[in-house]
Amino acid sequence: MSVVPAKALPRPVAAAGGAGDEAPLGPRARLWPSLAAVYRAQLSRARVARIPLLFVATFQSIGIMVMMRGVVDGGGDARSVVAGSSVLVVAFVGLNLLAQYFGQLRSSGGLDHYATLPAPAAAVVLGAAGAYASFTVPGTVVTAVFGSVLFGLPMGHLWVLAAVIPLAGAALSGLGAALGLLAPRPELATLLGQLGMSAALLLGVLPAHRMPEGVQLLRDLLPSTYGVEAFARTFDPDPAWASVLGDLTVCGAVGVASLALATWAYRRAAVR
Amino acid sequence: MCVRGLTKTYPAVRGRRGAPGTPEVRATDDVRLDIRRGEIFGLLGPNGAGKSTLVRQLTGLMRPDRGSVEILGHDIVRHPERAARILAYLGQESTALDELTVSLAAETTGRLRGLELRRAREERDAVLDELGLAPIAARPLKKLSGGQRRLACFAAALVGERPLLVLDEPTTGMDPVARRAVWAAVDRRRAERGTTVLLVTHNVIEAETVLDRVAVLDRGRVIACDTPAGLKERVAGEVRVELVWRERAPLEVPEIAALRDRAAEHGRRWSLRMAPEEARATVAAVTGGAAFAALDDFTLATPSLEDVYLSLGGSGQGLVKA
Repeated sequence: MSVVPAKALPRPVAAAGGAGDEAPLGPRARLWPSLAAVYRAQLSRARVARIPLLFVATFQSIGIMVMMRGVVDGGGDARSVVAGSSVLVVAFVGLNLLAQYFGQLRSSGGLDHYATLPAPAAAVVLGAAGAYASFTVPGTVVTAVFGSVLFGLPMGHLWVLAAVIPLAGAALSGLGAALGLLAPRPELATLLGQLGMSAALLLGVLPAHRMPEGVQLLRDLLPSTYGVEAFARTFDPDPAWASVLGDLTVCGAVGVASLALATWAYRRAAVR
Repeated sequence: MCVRGLTKTYPAVRGRRGAPGTPEVRATDDVRLDIRRGEIFGLLGPNGAGKSTLVRQLTGLMRPDRGSVEILGHDIVRHPERAARILAYLGQESTALDELTVSLAAETTGRLRGLELRRAREERDAVLDELGLAPIAARPLKKLSGGQRRLACFAAALVGERPLLVLDEPTTGMDPVARRAVWAAVDRRRAERGTTVLLVTHNVIEAETVLDRVAVLDRGRVIACDTPAGLKERVAGEVRVELVWRERAPLEVPEIAALRDRAAEHGRRWSLRMAPEEARATVAAVTGGAAFAALDDFTLATPSLEDVYLSLGGSGQGLVKA
């Protein structure tokens, strides 16, 4: 760190241990401990504020599957519906609710609290995104199991959710955080979050081969699509693991990119 | 802390259809301050005087258009990230902590100030005990009263010691017990560690009792800077007369009608600054004659910082006496 020469100042005491006139700086908070602290704090918020909305996320997905049961009768379409509905829980919480949270935090001045603490921006963003992704675990699992039973799909490979939730969670909650932090007004953040979730609903749950080509292109641009595809493939008795891995890799790459975007957006929002 | 020529201008906002635009506002205008170590220094001014904008620039949250800020030898304009490592900031908003318990809010803040887990917990417990928050440590901030919530945020600001505390209206909504806890905690840190405190307030009574020196802000400018006693000396030749009428002022009494031009009127309350002899005559007039029937209450007081503010040409609205 460079030592900036201090101007002549009326100063009764020079701080002990400081270089010249500079007072010693407090410690910088390191990435992992601060990430853990933010994650834990965010997770505890679920007890106070988030529970009702988590139920809503799950009920919404279960309702969609029950509706689709009348239209779809097993096969590839049923796999898309179940996979899409499960990942929709992640989109609801990670994208929609996190966009709302950061939108409100930013507009109310709550970001000042974090911005005046020496914690890395990435710790605040990753901690919050991680906690929101964790909120989705019960709802996603319940939806996947319920859907598998409803459509008579094999449950042998449901363990793949252990990869799908964190990777799709990273991509969607990173996007949600970025939207919330970049939106100039909190209502706009809410709106963008809702739109993102609607896109995940329409483009993720409906079977892809029935869509017109333009919409399919849009579907390919949505990060949640790759989580849905990876999950849907594993309902096959003999899944194409290479394709599953490929889809998950795309999901992870989008996750890294969107979390980096969210971190940048946080820095931008914190200092105005 | 040393501030020179600090200026921040908010650009004009063009009006949309149906909504008028706002002109360019100079929120801080060439502000110059010197705050000594170990001092409790106040920024006093009504809402909109530029206090919060000034504080945001001093804490590295906002870049000034011009000017320099040096805190304990560090150039904060060039290195705004260093601010977080030399000062603790208590802002007016608690939204970041609202859904946490008092205990977790303090602990998390300490950890984000770079404390190890064990150290953060020790300091958390010590601060909660010191401020009398231990009995409500397990309750979420959201469920507390405004004053208790403010005290919990103050506790979070104290975990992970810093040589400078920047407190933006810390005692808003607090009962006297909580206020005393705040000032006792501040005094202890100052006596033991030489902590410097920058306090933003629009409460003149608080400013008079706790501050070593105070800068009076009006429309983004520092219009005076001295000790509270020194500032009050500027209006030492005057006293303040407050008159409260039952329904309306008896303007048919000539002495009362003559006073009207000089009084600041707030509903039924008249506030006058005048020389002591004149005040005596006024009190005699309102308590003796026909005016007395219309009088609800009156007070005669030595001048306060509010009178200083008014005599300096401040616009006078929005200061609080409580």
